[in-house]
Amino acid sequence: MIKVVDLHKYFGNLQVLKGVNNEIKKGEVVCIIGASGSGKSTFLRCLNLLEEPTKGEIYIGGVSITEHMKDINKLRQKVGMVFQQFNLFPHMTATENIMLAPVRVKGMPQDEARKKAVELLRKVGLPDKDDVYPSQLSGGQKQRVAIARALAMDPEIMLFDEPTSALDPEMVGEVLAVMKQLAHEGMTMVVVTHEMGFAREVGNRILFMDEGIIAEEGTPEEMFSNPKKERTRAFLSKVL
Amino acid sequence: MLEGIFKVLSDAIFYNLIREDRYLLFVNGFKVSIQLTVFAALIGVAIGLLMAISKLTNNRILNRIATAYTDVIRGTPSVVQLIVIYYAILGSSHLPKILVASIAFGINSGAYVTELIRAGILAVDKGQMEAARSLGLSYYQSMRYVIVPQAIKNILPALVSEFIVLLKETAIAGYIALDDLTRAGTIVRGRTFDPYTPFILVALIYLYITSILTAFMGRLERRLRQSD
Repeated sequence: MIKVVDLHKYFGNLQVLKGVNNEIKKGEVVCIIGASGSGKSTFLRCLNLLEEPTKGEIYIGGVSITEHMKDINKLRQKVGMVFQQFNLFPHMTATENIMLAPVRVKGMPQDEARKKAVELLRKVGLPDKDDVYPSQLSGGQKQRVAIARALAMDPEIMLFDEPTSALDPEMVGEVLAVMKQLAHEGMTMVVVTHEMGFAREVGNRILFMDEGIIAEEGTPEEMFSNPKKERTRAFLSKVL
Repeated sequence: MLEGIFKVLSDAIFYNLIREDRYLLFVNGFKVSIQLTVFAALIGVAIGLLMAISKLTNNRILNRIATAYTDVIRGTPSVVQLIVIYYAILGSSHLPKILVASIAFGINSGAYVTELIRAGILAVDKGQMEAARSLGLSYYQSMRYVIVPQAIKNILPALVSEFIVLLKETAIAGYIALDDLTRAGTIVRGRTFDPYTPFILVALIYLYITSILTAFMGRLERRLRQSD
């Protein structure tokens, strides 16, 4: 589904990604862990070209996206993204947030898009928040609306950039529950997270990033109970 | 004593307003000042919008043009701009004087509006554009549906304040022999040799209009904050 070959990214003179290689299969839930500044968010953002790779190739569904920068809007319809800061549109209600892309990008009729938005809000556990503005929602509710908004485009892949890091602790659970449900439905997911419990329980594979490369990868059992690299062990001992 | 004051006041009103229908000078001057401000505001917003977009795009040439424009306008006195533009345009055309002056004031105001709009757009959180783009919206669509509606909230109150400045700025229209409100004061003073009454009257009229605009701005700000 996603194939990344020798991905490099510079910000000016600062090299953030130093040759990332990986392949993510359909239906897989991949969790990326690592210290801040290790390049995990940058890697994720490269997957829908929010950051333009300096060097290397990214294939999605067999098509090189780095070569087809012009069709970027097409690509992004297939790849949903959820942000740490939610980034809901504050001037639109929950329903309008979800409807925007289907209506404007896909040309879906208003009433059909509204029906879909209401369904999605139900799916993420917010059946009574249709006409509510983001400012009236709690952090956890905002993030669930953001997930619904990304799902409205029927993406094949969902990217999560630290989706629970900006939340109060008591709201983390409700967001993770929605993500878990998505994973069970077979969605291909790439999740940058500090929630080791979620990574262990839901992830099929864990990538540990350190200094711009994937330093170690493996199943949650391998990674959490028996990490091979010293760096991985040091990191996990601090967060677990 | 009281009678003396009354006499002074009634004389002032008689000579400055009633004799030779001088009040008409103020009425017509008021009309000219308002027309000038409205036309100039429209031209200024149009120019400001274009120049703000030019500043925000990645096109080097447009960037340079817009930057040169705002630098020159904001770096020179508006009286000088008015006179130069007036002779440059009027020297080669037969446009009505008030239109030429509107263009000049519009070009001047446009530079300040450019910065207002630019700042208003930049003040919208970067994540908004990223979220819109990540959903597959084009740059243009993201601007239209996500960024600009939020930017307008930042811009509108400041724009009203710019109109207040513009109204007061038009008081220099007399430099190109346009009979605006301030010039009405000058003309009447020339007839009555009374420097106080005509200009206090002029000041009160300006103050009246600006206070209406200020009150409007306050209401606008409160309305816009409510929906946040």
